[in-house]
Amino acid sequence: MTKATANLLYSKEHEWVEQLEGNRVRIGISDYAQKALGDIVFVENPEIDDEVIVNESMGTIESVKAVSELYSPVSGTVVAVNEELEGAPETINENPFEAGWLIEVEISNPEELESLLNEEEYEAFTNEGEE
Amino acid sequence: MSTETALKQTPLFETYGKYGAKVIDFGGWALPVQFSSILEEHEAVRTESGLFDVSHMGEVLVEGKDACAYINHLVTNDITKLAINQAQYTAMCYPDGGTVDDILVYKLADEKYLLVINAGNIEKDVEWMKKYVKGDMKLENISDDIAQLAIQGPKAEVILQKVTDTDLSAIGVFKFAQHVTISGITDVLVSRTGYTGEDGFELYLQKDQVVALWEKLLEVGTSEGLKPCGLGARDTLRLEARLPLYGQELSSEISPLEAGVGFVVKINKESDFIGKAALSAQKEAGLTRKIVGIEVTGRGIPRHGYKVVSEDGEEIGIVTSGTQSPSLKKSIGLALISVEHAEVGTLLKVEIRNKQIDAVVVKTPFYKK
Repeated sequence: MTKATANLLYSKEHEWVEQLEGNRVRIGISDYAQKALGDIVFVENPEIDDEVIVNESMGTIESVKAVSELYSPVSGTVVAVNEELEGAPETINENPFEAGWLIEVEISNPEELESLLNEEEYEAFTNEGEE
Repeated sequence: MSTETALKQTPLFETYGKYGAKVIDFGGWALPVQFSSILEEHEAVRTESGLFDVSHMGEVLVEGKDACAYINHLVTNDITKLAINQAQYTAMCYPDGGTVDDILVYKLADEKYLLVINAGNIEKDVEWMKKYVKGDMKLENISDDIAQLAIQGPKAEVILQKVTDTDLSAIGVFKFAQHVTISGITDVLVSRTGYTGEDGFELYLQKDQVVALWEKLLEVGTSEGLKPCGLGARDTLRLEARLPLYGQELSSEISPLEAGVGFVVKINKESDFIGKAALSAQKEAGLTRKIVGIEVTGRGIPRHGYKVVSEDGEEIGIVTSGTQSPSLKKSIGLALISVEHAEVGTLLKVEIRNKQIDAVVVKTPFYKK
């Protein structure tokens, strides 16, 4: 990973959130999540203009073996979708924080960001999960 | 699921970690789903070779003067046709034609057979087998004593030959050699069988020897491209080769005829067998449903339990197995559907998360070496 991940926020459902300009955020899944999933072979993102709601399903991600729900870490309107993933979902394994991003959202409730974890908290959270 | 129940382990459990395994619960067994990556392991088996721990499989020894007659009554295939050192794939059925298990029968000697059964069915199978014990024979569940490795792929023979003096090229498909010595490990049964659609061997041995064999094979095989493989790749490999998995393509509700393995049902063999009347009737009347290969042409991956719908919107069956095929780079599956829609080329829909996604019936196996 080339990009500093220190400024990212994380949800307990293993999505990261990067704050862009204004109320726009970019969303992806964490390195921990892509490793846990294994080889990703399919992604179903929401479409542009779809509304997403915090902690509700916004799409699906499938590895060879399993189907997992993607939960939106924020509420808002989808303004961009990473179309590259349709033909190359393995990009998420290769580069979850940059080329493997999922969607961008114009958030409707910036306060929701406050309940997300910072990198240190997220690391502690995933270590807990490992016991 | 209760996390309190201790998962069963094979003798290799402690060794997995050394090779980077991700271990998960497979029907009560702690088994590696992958070591490096399912896709990499799958590719290794198709192009080089892979090593699988399949020690969870069950083994039952049947011995005695009446062993042959006993087994032949229990299974649908005809084991009287077997020569010593020959193996046969067969089904064991209920009287109604549903499948108790799909098994391999190894003829070890004239009055001695080894039956290899699915891990999840060991208790059920042994109980079933015991019910029919008759005459001069004994039946012994030796599942806890026997370990099994599978070395599969085009390089399997070359690699295994490095560590044994037994001429492996002399072992034909569905044949085996007994009491083989591999790198000082004695008494290995080496069988040219497998569950991947590739050439390869299954190795049965005493469980206290299996760690040494695993490590030896990887030691001599790594330079030839041998990779430790998990059950994730085993599943994608067997699915591409259209080999049925008990609990999905075969079950107490699905007969071997419906599963598309009718070649194991020898209605006309001399002896009677359990399920014969029901299977004859099924054959006579014609099947109403059967397992077919499907390819999803829309966006989505078929998965076990998804509904299959006709072009007219009528529900016609379910997906029994499905995946994104690593070798074909296509979304494929097997589905149990009504025969009216089973012809190759028939357009269907698979219901994936409330959406009906385009699919088509295709020829199987999806992959052939």
